[in-house]
Amino acid sequence: MNASIDPQLTIWAWEIPLYLFLGGLAAGILFFAGLYTILGKEKEFPSAIEKTPMVVPFLLVIGLLALFADLNHKMYFWRLYTTIRLESPMSWGAWVLMVVTPVSFIWAAIHLKKSFPKWKWPYVWLDTTEAFFITHKKILAWIMVIYSLILGIYTGILFSAFNARPLWNTSILGPLFLTSGLSTGAALNIIMAKSQHERHSFSKIDLMLIGIELFLIIHIFMGFLASTQVQIDAARLFLGGPYTAPFWILVVFFGMILPGILEFLELRNYKIPVLIPALLVIAGGLLFRFIWTFAGQASRWLY
Amino acid sequence: MRYAMAVDTKKCVGCSDCVVACQTENNVPIGYCRDWIVEVVDGTYPQLELELRSERCNHCDNAPCVRCCPTGASHILEGGFVMVTPEKCIGCGACITSCPYDARYPHPDGYVDKCTFCMHRVKKGQLPACVATCPTKCMYFGDLDDPASDVSLVLKTRKHKTLIPEAGTKPQLYFLI
Repeated sequence: MNASIDPQLTIWAWEIPLYLFLGGLAAGILFFAGLYTILGKEKEFPSAIEKTPMVVPFLLVIGLLALFADLNHKMYFWRLYTTIRLESPMSWGAWVLMVVTPVSFIWAAIHLKKSFPKWKWPYVWLDTTEAFFITHKKILAWIMVIYSLILGIYTGILFSAFNARPLWNTSILGPLFLTSGLSTGAALNIIMAKSQHERHSFSKIDLMLIGIELFLIIHIFMGFLASTQVQIDAARLFLGGPYTAPFWILVVFFGMILPGILEFLELRNYKIPVLIPALLVIAGGLLFRFIWTFAGQASRWLY
Repeated sequence: MRYAMAVDTKKCVGCSDCVVACQTENNVPIGYCRDWIVEVVDGTYPQLELELRSERCNHCDNAPCVRCCPTGASHILEGGFVMVTPEKCIGCGACITSCPYDARYPHPDGYVDKCTFCMHRVKKGQLPACVATCPTKCMYFGDLDDPASDVSLVLKTRKHKTLIPEAGTKPQLYFLI
């Protein structure tokens, strides 16, 4: 009996799903910040561009620490950066993080004075660096939009590349994780938004993303049920199996449908604290990653 | 050169000598194994069939573990040996997750470990420890490119199968049935 392999694979515990959630959330926040900067909507979406991205460096650092905690041969982690292996999603994911993380720090740094007006850089060269990046903000925004999309979709592709785990081995997972990441990003923007216009804009975006997520989830299960026995068995983990209640009740209903209804009613001017649907979406996104990580390891080929 | 192994399920008695031989030869940590015995019972009483298989890494031609390794620690050597370089392995678990045969395990020292087809012995002209030890002589090892090798000869004459070929891994561990 090999520990964490037999009788069932449990090699990935909390670290991987936590990272996938934080990576997706970070991708969502950076995407909207970059997009609205490129579109020149700084005045309409000040929170999404200047305030919310302040949390991204923290999210990514916590995510990277979780990834590091997951490694069993920790002192060799630098080996990730002595090679680029395009066949391995984990390899190019590591390199994408190498780009996204510093960019998120730069973005937070050049907007620091908006949140903390009395902030002063201790060295002159930091002021000149800040000025340099502010003049090249549009380029940064483009990098953010492109790389956040790659980051968001890669979290799903990482899983879908494992043919040995039938639940993960579906190309829908990339778009689904990306949509979920964008949705959690939009939800955080709803919380951070100061103006009703910005809040309502993100509510509408989030409603659309929730709709896409539900469509993709139905699509993923349709695909499984029309596939081979191993994928039918994988789907059954969620259709009568042990993950049925947590997934459909907690993730789909409380994490997507209910917040969708609440956001819709709020847009119709019902008095609903937006914190509730936004937090539900974020919690649903986190739980979704955990359930999919654990259920995937329970799904396997039988022979 | 393409090394492969064949296990005769009709001769195997499931004694686990191959498991112990491997653990001893390769200094496998206590509580872990690189090869193992699978017993499959099929049919309805009294028409029962028992298949015994000594399983290990399939040293696949299309190895998902090598494909998904982010550092290149997992690699294929000439002759088809699927190997892990401990000094390159970060212990991320991607290869363990990617293997449909669950043939890899996390070594307590941190890196990922697995069957090597006893490459160190094969290079010296010896058989893998499991093959050499088997008391019923149910295992065959050799070069598939050599038509006179034990494994080529037995695969020519006996009906055989591989495990889940539909997973697309092109496994090189054959079972005589």
